[in-house]
Amino acid sequence: MKIPARQIKSSIKSILEKHNNDHGMLVGILQDTQAELGYLPKEAIMEISKQLGLPLTQVYSVATFFKAFSLKPRGRHQIHVCMGTACHVRGADRVLDEIERELGIKSGAHDKDLRFSLETVNCVGACALGPIVVVDEDYAGEMKPEAVKPLLAKYK
Amino acid sequence: MNKLCSTQELDALRQSIIKKRNVKKTVVNICGGTGCMALGCIDVIKAFHEEVKKQGLADKVEVRATGCPGFCERGTILTIEPSNVFYQKVRKKDVAEVVEKTLSKGELVERLLFPDMNTGKRIENEKDVPFYAKQTRLLLANSSQIDPENIEDYIFFGGYSAMAKALNSMKPEAIIDEVKASGLRGRGGGGFPTGKKWESTREAHGDIKYTICNCDEGDPGAFMDRSLMEGNPHSVLEGMIIGAYAIGSHEGYIYIRNEYPLAVKNAETAIARARELGLLGKNILGSGFDFDIKITRGGGAFVCGESTALMASLEGKVGEPRAKYVHTSEKGLWDRPSNLNNVETWANVPLIINKGAKWFAGIGTAGSKGTKIFSLVGKVRNTGLVEVPMGMTLREIIFEIGGGIPGNKKFKAVQTGGPSGGFIPEKMLDLQVDFDELTRVGSMMGSGAMIVMDESNCMVDMAKYFVNFLLGELCGKCVPCREGMKQLSIILTRITAGEGKMEDLALLENLCNTMKEASLCALGQSAPNPVLTSLHYFRDEWEAHILDKKCPAKVCKPLITYTINEKCPNCGQCIKVCPEQAITAKGKKQPVELNQEKCIKCGSCLDVCKLNAVDVK
Repeated sequence: MKIPARQIKSSIKSILEKHNNDHGMLVGILQDTQAELGYLPKEAIMEISKQLGLPLTQVYSVATFFKAFSLKPRGRHQIHVCMGTACHVRGADRVLDEIERELGIKSGAHDKDLRFSLETVNCVGACALGPIVVVDEDYAGEMKPEAVKPLLAKYK
Repeated sequence: MNKLCSTQELDALRQSIIKKRNVKKTVVNICGGTGCMALGCIDVIKAFHEEVKKQGLADKVEVRATGCPGFCERGTILTIEPSNVFYQKVRKKDVAEVVEKTLSKGELVERLLFPDMNTGKRIENEKDVPFYAKQTRLLLANSSQIDPENIEDYIFFGGYSAMAKALNSMKPEAIIDEVKASGLRGRGGGGFPTGKKWESTREAHGDIKYTICNCDEGDPGAFMDRSLMEGNPHSVLEGMIIGAYAIGSHEGYIYIRNEYPLAVKNAETAIARARELGLLGKNILGSGFDFDIKITRGGGAFVCGESTALMASLEGKVGEPRAKYVHTSEKGLWDRPSNLNNVETWANVPLIINKGAKWFAGIGTAGSKGTKIFSLVGKVRNTGLVEVPMGMTLREIIFEIGGGIPGNKKFKAVQTGGPSGGFIPEKMLDLQVDFDELTRVGSMMGSGAMIVMDESNCMVDMAKYFVNFLLGELCGKCVPCREGMKQLSIILTRITAGEGKMEDLALLENLCNTMKEASLCALGQSAPNPVLTSLHYFRDEWEAHILDKKCPAKVCKPLITYTINEKCPNCGQCIKVCPEQAITAKGKKQPVELNQEKCIKCGSCLDVCKLNAVDVK
């Protein structure tokens, strides 16, 4: 579903005001934009460039450099599977495989109903309890492949 | 609350807080950190509030959500004041009983006490729990009794007294001398002498200088900065204010990685509370010194933990490092003198100012002073944060504090220093943990992540893991790292797929040496460490992959085969769980058959079989 241009323009205007139109806060501006719009549509990146007076190439390069940003629409629920070392040695790969199998998608994508987006993340700092899967703001620790289905079932 | 305008007013506030807290109230301190969140602590905290009210104890019992005490393996953790009773593995369903028995009547709930590993005897007090008993908790001392959202808790424990002393009775040069004399070295990984860095920034030309806290903590496996920033954010703020005053800086930034939302929230709250009390902002504590701090978030880039990349990110640019022949203390953020230190480094500063450089230098080894917080994770019984004096041996940390390897498996290696560090084998377990010792053996201290591996981890796979991690995180600016890392990944993938040749090993070493010498920043320069140490200490595993086409640890999928043996009674459990329908029943009481072509070696059948009928060769 395309977000109306007017909505994008006004969202960005208020986000930039909040950050005092500070160029240095570009990463923060992009984060707030993504939090509000769900992802970073092309129109939003162009609007930020226009309103902030920054070259489009710079805004685009920052938006594509940092893993936190998505230039494609994301699912209603964000799944982040931690692939940090501590989680890796405790079998995070197998948990990721199971989620990919269950949803029929690979990490970096969303399922066809836009219910879930699946991403890997390099360490959320709950290393003692790996493998960790974060869904939206909920942390699930000591995950095993067999716990994947019940976990995903909680999120419509 | 009114702004505090002098040291005396701060002291008076502290006295009134102490007086308020000495009322004989029972307090239940529950860990509210991210680790325990993964074990349901939010529900536990909520349940305590409800249950205390329900059982009519609201005026006798206070429920406090605190910072992370670090014993994550046993979460959700709670400690009770004043009895010091320590409960572990607390779940929502235990709360009513704890309130009714312990908080109301002082009786213990045995099953929630920590069991001694050898005797099974239940331990009552936190200080007797072996995990804690051998630690020297200076930075983490008060985490389990401080509500990070309540500045009064921090002040109660003496918080901001070091800042008052520094701003109102010490000269900047004297502060720098004190930090230099303490021997404090950076805790983020570089280990650079902190006092020296402050001195260079103070002496650099320019009126505008920046004070930066690096809370990017990208090393996977490390979470001590997360714990400090979430659990005791004021300790970091206090350190920064003292440092800024010493350097002559009035603007500060705390750069927190995007993946730590609770740390961002608690740091923002702490800054707001400190501003309200006049401990941050204009004319701090009536000293005439102005300083304020802004929080910025990372965007999910490991390379932004590197100081010049972090500063680029703060300027709204991509996180690309630059060469450091011009130090950031002279030209850093916006080309101005900038002092960047790690969270743990900042948290040490108030202790040094209050207790003195001599005290601090009395802890640790000749080259590494003070304590260090390590995150002990992986294949170890007691996972969590361990704060010990520099100089303790790896063996003591892993076996005496960590409780050794679970499941009767054998220790194989410990990895220190994150993707920049190396693997240390069993024969070196008596190595003293110290900046220089760890570097001497090919690894490094790094941020303090300590990942323990056992016989079921493959050292070639681990080297490949780190290379692939860095491949996804490198900025791409310089050729040795960008191209070198890609080639390392290609070669390692071939070896773990059984397509390696012995010549690959010499090629790997050559590539690694080139990257070490020629990469622009520490990411590329230290990337070879995991590969080289793995090759050096575990060559037999590499040769098995190359010459025998076998993975001794049974990890590398192309080199292992799953088979069903004669113990299988055809119970059918594995058939149900196999995602590829690769297992078929052959008939009553006959072992099932596993189709090798369909098998993806996911391990589901191995997990579900209770009869040891699945072999992995």
